[in-house]
Amino acid sequence: MGLHEKDLNAIFERYPAKVRRNRKKHILVVKDTSQERQQIEANTRTIPGIITTRGCAFAGCKGVVLGPLKDMVHIVHGPVGCGYYAWLTRRNKARAEDPKKNFLHYCVTTDMQESDIVFGGEKKLSGMIDEVVEIFKPNAITVSATCPVGLIGDDINAIAREAQEKHKIPILAFSCEGYKGVSQSAGHHIANNGLMEGIVGQGEMTEPPHRFSINLLGEYNIGGDSWEIDRILQGIGYYLVAPMTGDGSFETLKNAHVAELNLVQCHRSINYIAEMLETKYGTPWLKVNFIGIQNTIDSLRDMALYFGDRELTQRTEEFIARELAMIEPVMEQYKKICQGKTAFCFVGGSRGHHYQGLFGEMGMDTVLAGYEFAHRDDYEGREIIPDIKLDADSRNIPDLKVTPDKELFRLKITPEKKKELQDKIPLSNYQGMIQEMKDGSLVVDDLNHFETEEFIRLLKPDLFASGVKDKYVAQKMGIPSKQLHSYDYSGPYEGFRGAVKFAEDVAMGFVSPTWNFILPPWKKDPL
Amino acid sequence: MLDSTPKEMIQRKVGLINPAKTCQPIGAMYAALGIYRCLPHSHGSQGCCSYHRSHLTRHFRDPIMASSSSFTEGASVFGGGANLKTSIKNVFEIYDPDIMAVHTTCLTETIGDDIPSILSTAEVPEGKRVIYASTPSYVGSHITGFSNMTTGMVNCLVEPGEKEKKEQVNVLPGFVNPGDMREIKRMLKELGIKFIMFPDTTGVVDSPMTGRYQMFPRGGARVKDIQDSGSSKFTIALGFFASSEAAFLLDRKCSVPPVVLRTPVGIKATDEFLMTLRNRFIQDIPYELEEERGQLVDIMTDTHFHFHGRKVALFGDPDMLTAMTEFLLSLGMIPAYVLTGSPGALFEKEINTMLKAAGVEGKVRAAGDLFELHQWIKNGPVDLLIGNTYGKYIARAEDIPFVRLGFPVMDRSVHSYLPVVGYRGAMRLIEMISGALLDRADRDAAEEDFELVM
Repeated sequence: MGLHEKDLNAIFERYPAKVRRNRKKHILVVKDTSQERQQIEANTRTIPGIITTRGCAFAGCKGVVLGPLKDMVHIVHGPVGCGYYAWLTRRNKARAEDPKKNFLHYCVTTDMQESDIVFGGEKKLSGMIDEVVEIFKPNAITVSATCPVGLIGDDINAIAREAQEKHKIPILAFSCEGYKGVSQSAGHHIANNGLMEGIVGQGEMTEPPHRFSINLLGEYNIGGDSWEIDRILQGIGYYLVAPMTGDGSFETLKNAHVAELNLVQCHRSINYIAEMLETKYGTPWLKVNFIGIQNTIDSLRDMALYFGDRELTQRTEEFIARELAMIEPVMEQYKKICQGKTAFCFVGGSRGHHYQGLFGEMGMDTVLAGYEFAHRDDYEGREIIPDIKLDADSRNIPDLKVTPDKELFRLKITPEKKKELQDKIPLSNYQGMIQEMKDGSLVVDDLNHFETEEFIRLLKPDLFASGVKDKYVAQKMGIPSKQLHSYDYSGPYEGFRGAVKFAEDVAMGFVSPTWNFILPPWKKDPL
Repeated sequence: MLDSTPKEMIQRKVGLINPAKTCQPIGAMYAALGIYRCLPHSHGSQGCCSYHRSHLTRHFRDPIMASSSSFTEGASVFGGGANLKTSIKNVFEIYDPDIMAVHTTCLTETIGDDIPSILSTAEVPEGKRVIYASTPSYVGSHITGFSNMTTGMVNCLVEPGEKEKKEQVNVLPGFVNPGDMREIKRMLKELGIKFIMFPDTTGVVDSPMTGRYQMFPRGGARVKDIQDSGSSKFTIALGFFASSEAAFLLDRKCSVPPVVLRTPVGIKATDEFLMTLRNRFIQDIPYELEEERGQLVDIMTDTHFHFHGRKVALFGDPDMLTAMTEFLLSLGMIPAYVLTGSPGALFEKEINTMLKAAGVEGKVRAAGDLFELHQWIKNGPVDLLIGNTYGKYIARAEDIPFVRLGFPVMDRSVHSYLPVVGYRGAMRLIEMISGALLDRADRDAAEEDFELVM
């Protein structure tokens, strides 16, 4: 991989001076990671005027974390747009036992009008809550604030409290106005705080329902991902207490405190809950990655190590062997097509890392990776958290301080055991993306449109993996593109079967005859 | 699917459940894309811009470029002047558009950012332009936003022209697909009439695959043409809600008389469009267009028994719905429920007048939502549902044939390339509607009733 410093500088040169200084800190070429940690700037303000792929706090809170909770009605307090765009656009699939308690197909918005902006929208919000209770009779309700709500000072917390008294169901308010923080990430944090304060620990359970009870955190069931994970976990003998938040529900989330172990798939969106669960209820969390075959196997083995049960370990190995026997021959077919190709992978706050193993298994190198809304620890590992300087934008997001719960705290493993395990598995730890990247590959934080174009020209990747806003940019250049937020409406891509599906889809992108028609015959054969 | 929607009508007073509209800025962004080498700019927090780009991309399946002022909390408190000025500097230096079209959001409207005064002290490079429109999300809908940005083009670009008017017409196409704009232009070319169309998103959001990405593709209305629209003989505003404001302003500013017509969807609205041009330019309709019309009528008469008396529920944007209601009536169908999410008493009045004249009973609603439409359908079933992609949930829940029309259509491709306007568009609509109805008849037919010819 030949990325030259001068090529990189040529890109920077095109920027105005201020932008150049800023962006340089967000881009690095990976050097020998065994020697030293490399620093990258992340979670800082987006430069005004830069065409970014980032969204806002509301998108992170309602759109990502709260939205998938199926048995709650999610009210968006604001003008129509925010609620509308977060309506059915995230692909977080869900099955509800009671179809009358699945509200994912509903978009409820107070549709604020000019008079509400002038005179306040509080009355409207409480009226909306009344109507929602009357029509849907949900188990619980969330209220998410949009930009103007914070500005005009509607007290959504007070309204939620009053409505909760009146209707006797939990009503949670989230002050996730779009201008908070610097990206979706602020919204994840706000949602995590709200769920911890308002739901988790409120269920009746005090004991785990099963010996191997776990929660799955930061998994959004895009394209049915978490159902594939569930198939694997059930097949081995685990019991899933609460999925968070894909296919999740108020009913399961409130008992999340009883699990013996929390699995963390997307570190960025939910590490707050993982940490708080550990402090408050004594449940350690394990960083897992179910994208890619070896990653899935490693995660399953790490889980088995955690529980340290001979039979569970044996079942794990048997399950892995069975699955491998089924998928390996199929993967080989796709590998023949993908071998030697390169991928450009800019997506989310974990996927930019998660997919690299799977690409590797398909014979592909990841030449550039990055995140839209990550923090430094997602790149550099949790060790650097104490070094992260808190800036004004992050300080505006309240940090929830939790303490051990007087009744429900139960140490799931002894400190000695934990220490012993931590040498072997990522228990309460995440090493970050850079550690696993090859020398010479590029890491870019908050990649913008200009850099996307330039890096594609420079690196000439065979596959572009990102989101809908930049997908067609790459395709117009004749490069196959995969949307790794929506999977181009395919999937699942996680677990064993998902890996095969992903390889199939990518291979299909490479071999499609459609690419051969880009140049018209008269351009190939001029008169 | 939508199992919690009860049949009993519930008196609702506030808010929306499953909206049939969205907010102004996305309409403004779409309109701004209809200028050549224009970068739309969203003045607010970046989430809006991101949502609008995503949504438009899903509908058009093409790159949609726009920048944002990327507010944080500080900008929201101290005002966004600095963010906008920095944006202007960065946008022109990095992306080099010819023109930037700034629209506001509910955030910047609420804090009261005064865009014209911010722009008056912004450094805009020589030869470049920045135009703007005020598009508060808490007023109107995406159609209002489209209208406001189109009006912004007139406001910021058009200078009072010479008294002597040119033999040319301005055509404001309204919030329609590039396929429709292309078809409107084709009809004008068939007529041999000189015209200026703006906004014009053809060649921008339906740009061809060449193996080369161009941030600013070849399409879009040229700034100099928009400037010249003050010298046109008259303006045809297609669709009252999306286009009339700009046409009225053009009249006030440059004395270019406006003619507000329905979006030329269906036979009558297309007739009106062509007749207006014929009469104003005093020239005959070419045989090619007459032939198309004849073909359309041939199809309509051949197939009338598929449509006659069938009940239809339709929802979408007001201009599309008024034209479509008229077309359904021309086919002998019954537009039983017509609902738009956009506000507008005029809309209800117009549709009601149409239904009354046809002796048809129907429910009409402006500023409604899909929850209400669904409840209507539960209480009085229909044979067909027409609307944007969100309608598919109702169609599935109630097992109704469904035709996708309007904005957004995110689960099908090709639609944005092909017209629904003009006689050819009407043929396509008939194909879509009869296809949906006959597929259902085939699906439901008992084995002994399953037939070769229908």
